[in-house]
Amino acid sequence: MNWTVLGIWLGALLSLSLYSFLYKDNPFYKFAEHLFVGMSAGYWVIYTIKNVLIPNWWDNLVPSEGGMQPVWLIPGFLGLFMVLRVVPKLSSLSRLSLALIVGTGAGLSMTAMFQTNALAQVNGTIIALGQGGGWFSWASNIIIVTGVVCGLVYFFFSKAHTGAIGQAANVGITILMVAFGASFGYTVMARISLLIGQTQFLLFEWLPTMGIHL
Amino acid sequence: MATFVEKLGDIDRRIIFIVMALAVIIPLSVRMSLPIPISAGPSLDMYNAVDALPAGSKVLLSFDYDPSTMPELQPMAIALAQQLMTKDIKIVSMALWPMGVSLGNEALISVSDSLGREEYVDWVNLGYKTGGGVLIVRLGSDIKSVFPVDYDGNPVDDMPIMDGVNKLGDFDMIISLSAGDPGVPAWVMMAGDRYNIPIGGGCTAVSAPQFYPYLGTGQMVGLLGGLKGAADYETMVRVGVENAPAGTATPGMAAQSVAHLGIMLFIILGNISYLVAKKRKGGVK
Amino acid sequence: MRLAIPLMITFVAGMIMILQFFVPATQSMGESLQEWYMIVASFAIFLGAVNLLHIHIHKIRFKARNWKYSPVTIAGFAAMIITGLFLGIEPGKPFDYMFTQMMVPMGATMFSLLAFFVASAAFRAFRASNWRATLLLISAFVVMLGRVPIGAMIWGKIPLISEWIMQVPNLAGQRAVMIGAAMGMVATSLRMIFGIERSYLGGAD
Repeated sequence: MNWTVLGIWLGALLSLSLYSFLYKDNPFYKFAEHLFVGMSAGYWVIYTIKNVLIPNWWDNLVPSEGGMQPVWLIPGFLGLFMVLRVVPKLSSLSRLSLALIVGTGAGLSMTAMFQTNALAQVNGTIIALGQGGGWFSWASNIIIVTGVVCGLVYFFFSKAHTGAIGQAANVGITILMVAFGASFGYTVMARISLLIGQTQFLLFEWLPTMGIHL
Repeated sequence: MATFVEKLGDIDRRIIFIVMALAVIIPLSVRMSLPIPISAGPSLDMYNAVDALPAGSKVLLSFDYDPSTMPELQPMAIALAQQLMTKDIKIVSMALWPMGVSLGNEALISVSDSLGREEYVDWVNLGYKTGGGVLIVRLGSDIKSVFPVDYDGNPVDDMPIMDGVNKLGDFDMIISLSAGDPGVPAWVMMAGDRYNIPIGGGCTAVSAPQFYPYLGTGQMVGLLGGLKGAADYETMVRVGVENAPAGTATPGMAAQSVAHLGIMLFIILGNISYLVAKKRKGGVK
Repeated sequence: MRLAIPLMITFVAGMIMILQFFVPATQSMGESLQEWYMIVASFAIFLGAVNLLHIHIHKIRFKARNWKYSPVTIAGFAAMIITGLFLGIEPGKPFDYMFTQMMVPMGATMFSLLAFFVASAAFRAFRASNWRATLLLISAFVVMLGRVPIGAMIWGKIPLISEWIMQVPNLAGQRAVMIGAAMGMVATSLRMIFGIERSYLGGAD
């Protein structure tokens, strides 16, 4: 049996089953959808076991050179507590695991986000003002600075958007509209690209298996 | 006439679907080809940053995506691997998304085979780890305690490529191919700003606009945005290379052009229908 | 009282991570915590898998709506687990074959469906109803044309204008959103670390 051709046919039939949803919901779509969910979950579990839990937990808990490192029982128990969320009587234990996850994540991302997404951005905006490069570059930098300041004013809801604040918020929303338009353009591009990728698979990999060469 | 135009607004969505499908299928079927002009921008910056790395440099390539965004990101992975391996730059790869491991393998093995490169000497795939940003910070102090083995269980201490690689700071550049979170922002925050390592990236077109602030501040050295970014890179990497394998992004750009025109046409028709209906009801001032 | 220990863990973990950023002496504590985090977070996938199986077994038992497809999910899950655990995950093995030949096309197709829906939604909802919406529309059109080769063929300056929109007004707007979100994140993180925000623990009791 030619496994490559079989694989292409499997992929093509499953793809066409999913595309059938465009006409209306139907059993072929539901079959492929359910299969995808199950296989994805299986894939995640296997990679988590083989790439994370065995090398980073089990091999530390029970090292190959012998003995046992009891300290590694702590993350093991906390992990187990997380799964116990599905057992109603023991579900409160999962709070301990969640607390560790949330505390670590919050502590780390607070400092990093403040540094990268706030301080560095403010710094970059101020520096832009001092950059040379001709009148066009200067005007562009003025737009960036005005846009950032007015955009932030628009997001500041603790003061009514009236008077000077209202004027600044209006400029802010205008800049944001241009930014959202650009985002929309990019979103369209992304979605079409995905369709192109799958169409290329069907036209140039699947059709040739039936002797149709475009 | 007004009635027809107004009715246009209620067109069956399946007609729109058919037009969109044809807008993609026809240009691909007739192998329509359009030139990809490369001008100054994040794609060129990315290429130049990688091109400036000397032979023997080590780059961490993180595959932070899954099959749902593969048409955009896989061509980038292949083009980047081509450029890096051709320049004899060592690739240590990993994934913040589990499915990125297999997709990364696919890209690296195909390029490595075509260029005669060797696994564990010229490239390695360390595999997937949970944790996103937290994991990256840990990699900043010790890579081998996080990745004692590669994705397939082979000890990293035995791999020549891992000689002298102990922490993120030992890499000359980090490149994240990112479909969302964790991805480019996590690398910029936890590696670029924290350990001062140049960060480059490729991302889906959906998220590209959000990363422009990082380009403006120099927190990223370059960025490939969506299929266009991938096509730009494929084009640049192929310059001067004989018998370079054809990518999938470049041939897709003609279909992308037609589909964009199709969507724009639909938006214009929708607006004409809307304005005519509004005028008839006396709503236009 | 039931929340006291979790809140304490959140506080200690959060403070260690913050201190680690500023005080090198706390580095090793932070590193252990990061490794524990990785392991505990990994177990979340088992929670997801157990939930998935629970839901589908429940559907089969009670013959709930669309229960006939639940065995497909369970079979797909079992196939990946069995092949992955017993036959290996490297390229060429059944696990990798199923990933490449089935999961990859399904994943890519699932999301490519959005191309059709985005076209339909744009046709119905993208209206130039006021001058700001018109500005949004114009910005979208310029970017859509500027990112494809046909844009440059229509007028050579379109890609340049598109890139200017990305590097100036888009950058300004995205940066404002970024700074605003970062400040919000800092505030939320502090509320969590100091136990003011407790909803993640399942209520404020």
